[in-house]
Amino acid sequence: MNTTAMFGPFRRLFNICRKELLVILKDPANRALLLLPALMQSLIFGYAATYDLNHASYALLDQSHSRASTDLVMRVDGSGVFTRVATLSNESQIAPIINSQQALIVIHIGPRFEQLLYEGQAAAIQVILDARNSVTASNAAAYLGGIIEQFNEAWRAQLGVAKSPLTINMRAWFNPTLDTRWSFLPSLVATLSMMQTMLLTALSVAREREQGTFDQLLVTPYTPAEIMIGKSVPCILVGLFQSTVILLISVLWFKIPVAGSLFTLYCGLLMFTLASVGIGMSISALSASMQQAMLYTFVLLMPMVLLSGLTTPVANMPLAMKWLTSVNPLRYAIDLIRRVYLEGVGLGTVLSDIIPLLIISAITLPLAGWLFRNRLA
Amino acid sequence: MNAPAETVSSGFRRRLLALTRKEVRQLLRDRSNLMMGIALPIVLILIFGYGMSFDVKNSLVAVVMEDHSPTAIDAIAGLPLSPYFSPVMVASMHDAQLLMQQDQIDGIVRIPPDFSRALAFGSARIEVVVQALDANRARTVEGYLQGALEQRVVVQIDRAGGHLSQAGPRVGSVTIEPRMWFNAANNSSWFLVPGLIVMIMTLVGAFLTSLVMAREWERGTLEALFVTPVRPMEILLAKMIPYFAVGMVGLILCLLAAAFLFHVPMYGSLLIILLCSVLYLFVALGIGLLISSVTKNQFAASQLALLSSFMPAMILSGFLFDLRNVPAVVRWIGQVLPATYFMELLKSLFLAGDLWPMIFKNCAILLLYAVLLMAATRAVTRKRIA
Repeated sequence: MNTTAMFGPFRRLFNICRKELLVILKDPANRALLLLPALMQSLIFGYAATYDLNHASYALLDQSHSRASTDLVMRVDGSGVFTRVATLSNESQIAPIINSQQALIVIHIGPRFEQLLYEGQAAAIQVILDARNSVTASNAAAYLGGIIEQFNEAWRAQLGVAKSPLTINMRAWFNPTLDTRWSFLPSLVATLSMMQTMLLTALSVAREREQGTFDQLLVTPYTPAEIMIGKSVPCILVGLFQSTVILLISVLWFKIPVAGSLFTLYCGLLMFTLASVGIGMSISALSASMQQAMLYTFVLLMPMVLLSGLTTPVANMPLAMKWLTSVNPLRYAIDLIRRVYLEGVGLGTVLSDIIPLLIISAITLPLAGWLFRNRLA
Repeated sequence: MNAPAETVSSGFRRRLLALTRKEVRQLLRDRSNLMMGIALPIVLILIFGYGMSFDVKNSLVAVVMEDHSPTAIDAIAGLPLSPYFSPVMVASMHDAQLLMQQDQIDGIVRIPPDFSRALAFGSARIEVVVQALDANRARTVEGYLQGALEQRVVVQIDRAGGHLSQAGPRVGSVTIEPRMWFNAANNSSWFLVPGLIVMIMTLVGAFLTSLVMAREWERGTLEALFVTPVRPMEILLAKMIPYFAVGMVGLILCLLAAAFLFHVPMYGSLLIILLCSVLYLFVALGIGLLISSVTKNQFAASQLALLSSFMPAMILSGFLFDLRNVPAVVRWIGQVLPATYFMELLKSLFLAGDLWPMIFKNCAILLLYAVLLMAATRAVTRKRIA
């Protein structure tokens, strides 16, 4: 008798969680919606996410026709990155080929190129870049700069002059090849799962309200707090499940090694999912219909994703925007996952990310509870 | 002979007007719609203009000086002058590594103890470590650091009259004169703002409308509409008109912000930009209505709209990541998305000018999408009536 009284509350909770989980999972279409998008998006976006220049088309305008210019062009062709799509004969051809996007770059070597080199002067080559996408253009310019540097070294060696007195050894920590994918996929673990989890949570109560079944739930012996827990737990499980799917793709398919401990990673993910569900619940309590719940979620989601460091770094933002991001759970989650996943830090180091997440949960979850009670009354 | 035809057409007009009025009221009654249609574009404009940037400024870099000679001090003199860096002096490599692990700094520059002596012999070395949790930012920082350090040493060598490197005769070298066409200042907000318009049009078009048909199906009110004399096409048109207006408001807000807030140049004609945007808005509305009519379920519709509009428009359309760099399969997927064509149109119209062959090609593709999507939506809606 006594044990039933003790475990009673847990059984009640277990039952309501089970009911809510069944509501989410009973429809095969819904089950597919919770698995396939996470799977497909992490695969496709994993491949799409690259700022690395691995293919650039260029057109050549060589007015020098000398050995030196041929040598330079051979180095460009041999880089494996630059493909020559056209050889121009005069300057009026430059604008059309860039405008039509046939070539990203035009390399223009002037008639006095070799002469200037032999005279010991600086021989400038003009490089015209299509900067409609400024990131690609700067990368291409930097890459070309590297090739020219090699040419200069070889030129000096050919003349028997000592090489440049300075070498700069560059090393990149935590991501040795500076691969965008390594930064991007760990961030997707948080971003993709948050988007669907928040929407799922926000719609959960709104749907019952719209369909009129919420009143039925209220006449059951459950307290509003229990109902809320019952609605939250399945969403948290779904969120963690999605994170796991994306994590598996990142590790097994893209072969990005996990440097830190999975325990730390999941502690962080749990805190993050809790915060997302808290926000979703508050939205759900505020909205009268599914449409409202969905639109409010989206109005919040977009700035959260854009200001999270997923696409452009938080460090580049002006101060006022940085302050704004301090209430954004995704910002902490992305920082946390990248640091545990790529850098391999322990739980103590990421406390600076976990504590804000806890604070967000500690505000949003009671707020949602309070809103439920007051809107029900 | 004329009279019946006239009644038919005026009946169409009357029914459409009545339905549109109903939809407008439904849209205005719910504040969340207006929040999405008007407030969200304003928030996004501010975020895109002021929050998102690829331009690194004042990056914190630890400098470890293990050689205190004037030559070594001069070698790093370029760092504080650069707008890209705020160097911090750190006593030892150990301290610098700690700072790096605490995520306090973006990079470390280490001048080894024998730097000035080695430089005199022509084999000096500077060690640079960058923190690459964000690969793209790390690459930018790396490039700037290399530039700042190399330049300073070149200045030193020149000042010493080539003495430092023990060089003999003057040697020619190749230099690059880069010309960044269409974006001379290499300002990332110039290419982000046209992308913003694509995002907002996609959102308002596809996302807002994805629920409108699904809601009527789910609540069973569409059947009530079917018993009235209105035709499926009229229902669809009436649903589109108010959202079209909301989308246009968003577009005008964006154009005003682009011109007066961010001073993005507009080399193409405003008329063409407006026409292309209207065309794309029809495509986006078509996507939303199709999702809505096919799923007939608000939950599924919302998830599908989220998956097919926001993330793909951000990641696969060439807005952030250049499609020329991605594997072919992903590029094909990007090329299926109408957003890709609109993105290409807008970027060129804003930054390059009226390039007619491209405008015709992309507009034709968008028009095809609009017609196909409308026809498909119409087909799906009609089938259910029978």
